[in-house]
This record gives sequence, structure tokens and C-alpha cells, in this order.
Amino acid sequence: MTLSAALLIAFIVIPLAGLFFHLAPADVAAALRTTAAQEALRLSIVTTFSALALTLLFGTPLAYVLARASFPGRYLVDAVVDLPIVVPPAVAGLALLLAFGRNGTFGPLLGALGIQLSFSTVAVIMAQTFVASPFYVRAARAGFAGVDRTLEAASASLGMGPLRTFALITVPLAAPALIGGAVLSWARALGEFGATIMFAGNLAGVSQTLPLAVYLNLESGNLPVAVVLSVILIIFSLIVVVTVHATAQRRPR
Amino acid sequence: MLRFDLRLELREFPFLAQGEVPNGVTVVEGPSGAGKTTLLRLIAGLIRPEEGRVTLNERALTDTAAGTFIPPDQRNVAILFQEYALFPHFDVAGNVGYGLRARNIPRAELDARVLRALQRFDIATLAHARVTELSGGQRQRVALARALVVEPAALLLDEPLAALDPATRDHVRGELAAVLRQVGVPTLFVSHDPADRELFPGPAFRVERGTLTQLL
Repeated sequence: MTLSAALLIAFIVIPLAGLFFHLAPADVAAALRTTAAQEALRLSIVTTFSALALTLLFGTPLAYVLARASFPGRYLVDAVVDLPIVVPPAVAGLALLLAFGRNGTFGPLLGALGIQLSFSTVAVIMAQTFVASPFYVRAARAGFAGVDRTLEAASASLGMGPLRTFALITVPLAAPALIGGAVLSWARALGEFGATIMFAGNLAGVSQTLPLAVYLNLESGNLPVAVVLSVILIIFSLIVVVTVHATAQRRPR
Repeated sequence: MLRFDLRLELREFPFLAQGEVPNGVTVVEGPSGAGKTTLLRLIAGLIRPEEGRVTLNERALTDTAAGTFIPPDQRNVAILFQEYALFPHFDVAGNVGYGLRARNIPRAELDARVLRALQRFDIATLAHARVTELSGGQRQRVALARALVVEPAALLLDEPLAALDPATRDHVRGELAAVLRQVGVPTLFVSHDPADRELFPGPAFRVERGTLTQLL
């Protein structure tokens, strides 16, 4: 038992920790000075936070409705929300391309409006939102469902309107779940690779986010840069894991 | 005067209630699951009847025939919930001042009214305590202060003593009765405990399997 458990832990830790041993201090400075690395870092920050903003804006009302309302087809909507978690990212990217690409379903319409989505930064944000939003919506749905409805009723009977009740009672009480879900969703967007490369391509400064830059640098034989960017991604991941665990433990009774 | 005439299909039986609640306490007794809480929720506007009317001092709060339904936050009907439903992320003062905040009362006046309410219920020393740290009796006083500080036009109490242990209950019952005798608005006091009925010998209703009858 203990041995097999230790083997799995070692299997996860050793390769990840090993990346740090491939890291030479001189490489770090050199890699971070390349415009490709700087642009990938900048692009990843801009796109992941844009995707997060979209996810919060549209995902929060959706999660609340799923937690509170009962309507025919609710289970279907639930399933649709979870779908991007299990759909392979490359398939998601192809689907986005065939829907919103130049020759896709909405291509002619978008083209007439002078909009070209595929192979743009907007496409990166769309791919990340598609793949990452379910992680937030799932967590938020569970968080909202855990808020005692009597508290919302008490707020209403004391004269607080629905929006202020949502802001003053529902959101603060669901906050640990909302924060945990948002952090997880952001991390998923940061690591997004498959859907992005299919729908947005791998263009420096436009769609080449950190994971795509790792891939490109490895392919072009520039291993030190690939390692440095990977280590940056691992550090972000560690911060995310610690945050998620910390917020989960502070969940109010 | 609070008047209601309501019909709602519940899962096991239809809920039918017609009655008048004058100023002062009217006890609503009956076994659990009979529909007592449903009556309170219908009056407060937390649920809608299939058919019927609720009027409070001649103002129609619900009138299905006329298509009137005032949402709960605009009824000025306060409820004391069975488990008190205190907001766990606010302190005692934050809970008591919540309804005044909803009415956009200026800060200085809000603080003064909250302080008066806390003093009236002898919980001023607990103003900044977390509500999760209070005893059952203290919670009940916070809930009562929170409901009364807004000067509601009607007060609904859902088994306000049921969440307390028996020893606390007898003590709090006397306290609560003294407070409620001073509340000059229509007050429905839901209880399945005959001891509560003895405290308020005025008008009373009985609810059984969804049907409300007036007791004399």
C-alpha cells in the first residue's frame, strides 16, 4: 500500500522537480531577455485574465441559476456546462475553428462585419474561456447551492432587493467556492494548449502564450528557454494549488 | 389589520386559509407539517398562492385576481425564522442594522437606532460579537431586534422558541411575551407548544392538514 502510494507521488514529483535541475541561472536571465519569452509572458497574462473576466461575468449568473432554479432541461444544461472538461482540447479548437473561423459557420457573417477571429489574440481568449470556464461554473454552482436559502429570504423580508441580497449575502457566503473556482479556472486557461494552437495558431505576440512558447522552443532546439518558461508555469501552478487548498479549508460552517 | 384569503396546492393536501389578524398577537397552532410556515411565507411574499389576497392596512400585498404581487423586500413584513437565520458573516450590530441599511438610512441615524435596539434587548455588550458565538437565547434576541428595528407593519414569528433548550425556553418565553405585548402591529405567532397559547389568550388560529380555522 504505502509503497504503491509513494511510487505515484514520486512519479508526479520527480519529473516536475527535475525541471528545476535543468535550470542554469545564466539561462534564466538570458531566456527572460528574449522578446519571445517576454511576449509569451505578457500575452499569457493578458489573455488568461480576459478569459477569467468573461468567465466571471457570464458564469456567475449561470451558476446561480443552476444552483437555484428548477426548469425543464436543467440536467441537460448542467451537462453542457461540464462538457468542455471532457472534450479533448484539440477537438474544442477544431470546433471553434469550424464555427468562428474564416470558412466556418459564422465566418461570412463575421467577415462582412470586418471581424476575423481565428489566429488572433481574441481567438486565444475564446479558446481559454471555452476550456476553462466550466471549472469556475461547477465550483460556483456548488458554492451557491451551499448558501442557506433562508438567509436570502431573511434578507428580502428585511427590505433588501434581489441584487443587493445577492451582493451582500449570497456572494460573501459562497466566496470560498467562487475564489477556488476562479483560481482553478484561471490556471486551466494558463495551461491551455490544444484548443489555442488549433483555433489561434502559434504566432509570436499574437497567439503564442507560455505553453505554446514552451512547445516552439523545444521544437526549435532551444531547450533552456523551454525549461525556463516551464518553470514559470510550474511556479504559477504551485501558487494555484496552495490557494485552492487554503480557501477550501477556510470554508465557513 | 392583516387580512388573507389564500389557496395553494401543496404536495399532500391543498392549503386553504382565510382570516383576519388584528393588532397584537394571534397564535397559530397546529402539528408540524400542517402548513403553518406556508401561511407565513405566503403573507411575507416568499411564495405565491395559486389564488387569493393578502391585504395589510388596506394595502393589497397579493391579489391574484388583480395581478398584484408586492415582492417581499417591499412589504415591510418582518419574519423571525425558526432557526433565526442570522447572517453569519456580520456581527450582531451588522445583523440588527441590516434592515435599516436596506432602507438607506443615513449612517449616524442607523448607528443610533441600532444602539437603542441593542440596549432595549440587553445585548449592547455583544454589538461586535460574531453571531456564531452566541447562545440560543442571545441569538433569539438579536433576531427579534433585527426584525423590530425597522418598525415593520406586521410581524411573523415561526416557532421562535423551538430552537432553544427547554430551560432557556421558559425564561425566554416570558421575555418574548413582554416584548410582543408592546408591538402594536398584527403579529402571527406560530407554535405547536400549548404553553405559548396560554401566554397570549387573544385570537388564535389552528392549522391542520392545510386547513385554517379560527379558534374562539
